[in-house]
Amino acid sequence: MLVSETWLRELINPKLSTQELAHQITMAGLEVDAIELAAPEFSGVVIGRVLSAEQHPDAEKLRVCVVDIGEDEPSTIVCGAPNVREGLTVAVATVGARLPGNMKIRKAKLRGVVSYGMICSTRELGLGEEHDGIMELPEHEVGVDFRTAYQLDDQVIEIGLTPNRGDCLGMFGVARDVAALNKAQFEAPRAAAVTAVTKDVINVHLDAPAYCSRYSGRVVRNIRTDAVTPVWMVERLRRAGIRAIHPVVDITNYVMIESGKPMHGFDLATMKGDVRVRLATEGEKLTLLDGREITLRSDELVIADDSGARALGGIMGGTDSGVSEATTDVFFESAYFDPLNIAGKARRHGLHTDASHRFERGVDPGLCEDSIERATQLLLEICGGVPGPVLTVDAADHLPKRSRINLAQNHLERLIGRSYDKAEVTDILVSLGCQVRETEDGWSVTAPLYRFDLSIAEDLIEEIARIHGYDQIEATAAIAELDMSPSSESRIDSMRVRDLLVARGYYEAITYSFVDPKLHATLIPDVTPLELANPISSDLSVMRAGLLPGLLDAVKKNLSRQKSRVRLFESGLRFVPQNDDIHQKTVIGIIATGSRYAEQWGLERSAVGFFDMKQDVEALLSMGGAKRDIRYVADTHSVLHPGQSARITIDGVDAGWIGVLHPGLTAELEIDSAVVFCELLEEVALAASIPTFVSLSKYPEVRRDLAMIVPEEVTIEQIMEGARSAAPATLKDLRLFDIYRGKGIEDGAKSVALGLILQESSRTLNEVDIDAAVAAIATHLREKLQAKIRD
Amino acid sequence: MQELEQVVADITSRINSATDLAELDQVRVEALGKKGQLTALLKGLGKLPPEDRRAAGQHINVAKTTVQDLINARKDQLQNAAVNARIEAERIDVTQPGIGQDRGGLHPVTRTLRRIETLFQGMGFAVKSGPEIEDDFHNFEALNIPGHHPARAMHDTFYFDSGLLLRTHTSPVQIRAMENGEIPMKLIAPGRVYRCDSDITHTPMFHQVEGLMVDKGVSFANLKSVLHEFIQNFFERDLKVRFRPSYFPFTEPSAEVDMECVMCSGKGCRVCSNTGWLEILGCGMVHPNVFSQVDIDHTVYSGYAFGMGVERLAMLRYQVNDLRLFFENDLDFLQQFS
Repeated sequence: MLVSETWLRELINPKLSTQELAHQITMAGLEVDAIELAAPEFSGVVIGRVLSAEQHPDAEKLRVCVVDIGEDEPSTIVCGAPNVREGLTVAVATVGARLPGNMKIRKAKLRGVVSYGMICSTRELGLGEEHDGIMELPEHEVGVDFRTAYQLDDQVIEIGLTPNRGDCLGMFGVARDVAALNKAQFEAPRAAAVTAVTKDVINVHLDAPAYCSRYSGRVVRNIRTDAVTPVWMVERLRRAGIRAIHPVVDITNYVMIESGKPMHGFDLATMKGDVRVRLATEGEKLTLLDGREITLRSDELVIADDSGARALGGIMGGTDSGVSEATTDVFFESAYFDPLNIAGKARRHGLHTDASHRFERGVDPGLCEDSIERATQLLLEICGGVPGPVLTVDAADHLPKRSRINLAQNHLERLIGRSYDKAEVTDILVSLGCQVRETEDGWSVTAPLYRFDLSIAEDLIEEIARIHGYDQIEATAAIAELDMSPSSESRIDSMRVRDLLVARGYYEAITYSFVDPKLHATLIPDVTPLELANPISSDLSVMRAGLLPGLLDAVKKNLSRQKSRVRLFESGLRFVPQNDDIHQKTVIGIIATGSRYAEQWGLERSAVGFFDMKQDVEALLSMGGAKRDIRYVADTHSVLHPGQSARITIDGVDAGWIGVLHPGLTAELEIDSAVVFCELLEEVALAASIPTFVSLSKYPEVRRDLAMIVPEEVTIEQIMEGARSAAPATLKDLRLFDIYRGKGIEDGAKSVALGLILQESSRTLNEVDIDAAVAAIATHLREKLQAKIRD
Repeated sequence: MQELEQVVADITSRINSATDLAELDQVRVEALGKKGQLTALLKGLGKLPPEDRRAAGQHINVAKTTVQDLINARKDQLQNAAVNARIEAERIDVTQPGIGQDRGGLHPVTRTLRRIETLFQGMGFAVKSGPEIEDDFHNFEALNIPGHHPARAMHDTFYFDSGLLLRTHTSPVQIRAMENGEIPMKLIAPGRVYRCDSDITHTPMFHQVEGLMVDKGVSFANLKSVLHEFIQNFFERDLKVRFRPSYFPFTEPSAEVDMECVMCSGKGCRVCSNTGWLEILGCGMVHPNVFSQVDIDHTVYSGYAFGMGVERLAMLRYQVNDLRLFFENDLDFLQQFS
């Protein structure tokens, strides 16, 4: 809502500076977003009257005018505007005037004629965009400073209204709040009823009373077609952000800005028969004032006549029934449209109008007749005309009512946390227009019709606290029971996971949960992702079923920014559609490419590989305790290198994947280096067991090494598990300390070396024990895994 | 006895000329070992007349002690020299950087979230989470935002064809918690939220923290207190805070909270649009309609709720001037918060 300060102060004028007023209403919930000058700075512009306008002798488009600017002698001014003519009242920039854009007016010779000043258009004064001609002002005393005459030393206060405060979408509403805040009186002025001259009426039928329960109309005939909207009105509309179009439209807009009540003016000549306020028939067409043809649905309200829908009720008029320069007879409409039933209908057609904005929030039905009287009064002043009577049709059962609200004083004080003076509360409620009766324990209140946001006690509590001042409420710490928050040890804290990955050289990324569908199809081909109905852009239109698309995209962007080494992780939801359900589960994604270590002097440069990330994952999973059976099962995955990918299982349950991206894929994505990726499902991966202490042995541990040659097909896991299964209980630890392939070892085989750590809890192991343990393991490996034990 | 002196002089000379511990040990064996020179002299005592034996023995023993002391002294000397030589050989340039894996870093949003969580957990608030694909009931309906409510226009919602949506705030977690939880209830719900809006100051995804306290006698004055404390502690500064009446369908009364601009200390600058104030969060007392949706008796219990934007807090805390940077994951950006 754009509020002219001068206009507001005509209605209510507290002794506050502009800044103080802005602060006061901001702190009362009418947030001031900006304060702008109503007109740019200019000086030396006075009101003048054109005494004569003669054709310039040497220039077809120029006229030589003699203009009375209130001085002894009239001034000669050369003017190029097509509409300049004798008798016109105009704004004259006199010699020495300074106009916006730092333009200075000087005496100037135009094609041989000396011009003493300039007759101004709205654009030249920074008051609008019109530049078709000069401003045509209503008659006014000449010589008076233009800024003074039009109150241009005004400021426009821009208030960002919350949706509950539809009552402040008019000057009267704002004035009412200002009055309440300053303990002053404000009564919205009522327009005097204009006496009907004719009995001319149009009958109105409320066929959809739930949508429109009151409709007031009036016929005004024989208005002048040459009338122009007075500059004062154009000015007030301009300051409210509305462009002047046609006197009838300007008047209805003015009434709306003044009182908050939207209206509509039809060209009566286009109307056929009675007005029917009815629901549209499905598929019915209507061409709106903006020229667009819309197709209506059966839950939309139209103002119709015998020829069909003429306006979209409470939203926008139709183009055919709108007023034009030829209009002589007008039909004014001022109706009450139900907020819930009108809500969302404008948006459905991509519309947002001043009318729909107000009706969706609720407009006082009591203003229907008043607004018509006010509009008629203005119309007669500006355009003349012959008025008929106001005809109002009601569907009384459907008109909004305000029921009594009982507010207990202790409810107010408990919810706010401070005490209030009873009489002061009564005054506040009264100043807001409520009917108030003090009761034994509080108040019985009826809210005014213009407040659609006051229906329960809590609504009144907010009003009281707001007008009394939120700053008057002292912050008081809550007193609450001391409850201990539970803390589970059977899950790895995700904070520790993040810290571990950070310590291992990864940066945390946060990528959008919606990704490019093409990239998604490439990277997660086995899941059809959930599509957004209204994505922000086509490349952010599907919900990720995994973290790879987002992370890989982040890697690519960093690579393109000359980073050759990128290590990222992310924790977030993946969205997997499953039958009618969507599985939203938290996963951790880890990705790395480039060198293993940041460039440094002490370590050889080598590219990060499967086993680097595997160790990070092992470290991460080891936080879940030693009791879990974690396995890396060689398996193929659609986007991973078939020879370097593994499914991770924990106690037999799938926990995720780790692998190097398929070389074909990285080539396709134009990534030169190998990319290692892992994704872990948190609910499985982060389950933890609580440690159980095992007694320490005070006897020495001994180590024996066992080297062997095994066929390549035998996995390390088989060797380790075989060794463990064959070993006696004295095997405390089994270390893999060497794997060798190449010179000295036949093709298709590898040399593997294990370190056996043996210890007994009750005694020192002797050579016999040790030899037996080693022999048992060696025998098992030889027999089950074709291991050739080396001496 | 001249022989003894000669032997000791000889041994002393050899001790002093020993250049390493092995050579010194050789000298020790030759002097004091089972077949050593001084041992041999002791063995020869028997050949002396009985009256001379005692004095001669004493002399030899004194000589043995002298020799042992000399050996020990020389040993210390050689050991020190060896250590010093090793130290000299092993001298390094300690200004060379360390070797191994570098540290990465947490995302600034996580860093900020941790801070928020820590502060509220210290006050006994539990941390809760919920789904990001929500239904209309939890995101709107239960929060007193029925269909076509004008407030829906404030939430540019992402929808799916099924009618499900991406949550526009973390307030649905509040509903889910109240559906299942026990009163008294104190929780915060951090997480991702989505709005169909993208420009210099909006990203289609961002983070919010929702807070809720429900108990008997919870008041607006309590809400002012908790948020005031939070802001002071989060920024570690004594900042002015003001509560402005506002509107949220799920709270009544509602307020928006402004704090003194951290950039200009309230003097007015570009960041605060010269107002000296920064809008930092929205809050209010839980609306009775919300309580009735989750079967909590609002005549017995009251509660407050608040919601804040995490990126906004992070931007103010760390002076980040472009919201979009948070989701570009540029290493040059991420490294600044490690």
